[in-house]
Amino acid sequence: MRLLAAVAVVAALLPLVPLAIWSVSDAWPYPSLLPPSTTTRGLSLLVAPRTGAVHALALSLGIGAAVSVLAVLIGLPAGRAVGLYRFRGRRLVQLALLAPVIVPGLAVVLGLQVFFVRYGLSGTVPGVVLVQLVPTVPYAATVLGAGFANLDVDHERVARTLGAGPVRTTWSVTLPLLRPTIVAAALFCFLISWSEYVLTLLVGAGRVQTLPLQLFAAIGATDTTLAAALALLVVVPPLLAVLACSRVLSGRSAAGIGLGRL
Amino acid sequence: MSATAAGGLLELSGVSKRFGSTTAVDDVSLTLRPGSFTALLGPSGCGKSTLLSLVAGLVHPDAGRINLDGGSLLGAPAERRPVGLVFQKPLLFPHLSVLANVGFGLRVRGSSRRETRRAALEMLERVQLAGLEQRRVGELSGGQEQRVALARALVLSPRVLLLDEPFSALDSELRATMRRLVRTLADETGVTTVFVTHDQAEAVDVADDVALVLDGRLAGHGAASGFWSAPSSLAAARFFGVVNEIAGQVHGGVFSGQGWGAVPCDVEDGPAVLVVRPERLVVDAVPGPGPAVTATVHEVRFAGTHLVVRLARPDGGALVAHVPVGTDVTAGSTVGVSAPTDACTVLLKDVTARD
Repeated sequence: MRLLAAVAVVAALLPLVPLAIWSVSDAWPYPSLLPPSTTTRGLSLLVAPRTGAVHALALSLGIGAAVSVLAVLIGLPAGRAVGLYRFRGRRLVQLALLAPVIVPGLAVVLGLQVFFVRYGLSGTVPGVVLVQLVPTVPYAATVLGAGFANLDVDHERVARTLGAGPVRTTWSVTLPLLRPTIVAAALFCFLISWSEYVLTLLVGAGRVQTLPLQLFAAIGATDTTLAAALALLVVVPPLLAVLACSRVLSGRSAAGIGLGRL
Repeated sequence: MSATAAGGLLELSGVSKRFGSTTAVDDVSLTLRPGSFTALLGPSGCGKSTLLSLVAGLVHPDAGRINLDGGSLLGAPAERRPVGLVFQKPLLFPHLSVLANVGFGLRVRGSSRRETRRAALEMLERVQLAGLEQRRVGELSGGQEQRVALARALVLSPRVLLLDEPFSALDSELRATMRRLVRTLADETGVTTVFVTHDQAEAVDVADDVALVLDGRLAGHGAASGFWSAPSSLAAARFFGVVNEIAGQVHGGVFSGQGWGAVPCDVEDGPAVLVVRPERLVVDAVPGPGPAVTATVHEVRFAGTHLVVRLARPDGGALVAHVPVGTDVTAGSTVGVSAPTDACTVLLKDVTARD
């Protein structure tokens, strides 16, 4: 089991090795196993203000955090309704919640962009956060819906008989019980936001330069060294995020996520 | 702080609750004395749990009043009613320790950390869980979990304690222990207690009074023994294990039917039913005093503490008697069957009873 896990981790990280090598080399001609010379140009470009990589990293982190929080906040009531209550048209509501990810994002955003331009949100960070809710809220609502479906709401009834009003019950009982689900939903949303390209490009109108946009630009400019260095910068934060969440998501509480019901 | 806030006077009058097309609680009026211990008894699905939810404020009645010490409870949401509720499932908060579970209500009320800790520790000691306060909830046994749930409700010194089949998931020996614990705690605190159960043996073991609920309606309320000696309706008699029903007529305050004659009663004239518990029937070669008939012994079975005698009447009626071990009865013989007058209850042929 341990061996299998080790193999899986190595297999997942293996494609990153050439990236790491590229990021510290100027040229890597065909027959050589390793690049003939190393350079710090790629890494120094990352921190150079001119490149804007640091700014892009901060922006991506900020947008990812904002999108995760907002998507979970919107997904909580939606997930509660879908996961907890049996009502006429529930399947239809579930389908409607998933619709934005069923329809290709490009088609959605081409329709939405008109409104972003009209309300002056085009080319702004709030505009990008807003448009990234389109692909994230469906996942948040679905994951949280599964969490609510596995929740024993009698816990809430007990809390009320112990004197806790609706707000206190939500804060002290419901949210702690849903903690693994909320962490999972937020993580998904962050990962989606982190690698979002098309929506950011169209609504950000090139003025909101997140890391994926920078990466594409570097690839377009055929600067392999910078592209490889940027790619490493894109890869590391999600890995750290998953690692940080793994404690909450593993073990006994993993059952609470209800991912099996997705 | 002594946790002895005396129990409240709980009065329900004309309480009804419908869910869709089914009537869960139908015009129930019930008064529970302060400090009384009542078993709310009935088959599953009869509306007992809904009745508790109504008192706790988790469900709102469609009609009727619910008063505590003369004041209406209906205006107050569940969180502001001095009512404790323990469910069949312990429903402990898994993210909190045992101590924090017990202290939950006190913290919500704004008690200090220190005061909460002190009161919770004292309460844990009273439910015999001293030393387990730092345990995680998942490390407890079923009985311990229910003790924590009990402590969590009682630490708030409620005026009314509602227990919804609290021990039905436990094995019978542990159930008996837990019943004694609940009874002791209820007596110590003086809280007015309602114990829901579908088991008549459990009801009489733990409670002084029994309120019988059948099909959402109150089918009787009083001392437990009364349900044995003088059931108030045919349905109540059946629930308490009466198997001998003799159909007949009442004329001028006297019942007669199927060979049973001259049983005085205060039922109005018309069709009626005479009921006798099997253990009160006397089987003898010579019929004793009181109403008597002759019957043929169909079967005799040894049941440990008594013999179960199945009797057939010449007119086709069947009777069941429980007689002392050693009684001289053999299958096939003809015997006299009688019952003392005080064992006979004549009831109206209950047109509403669902057979």
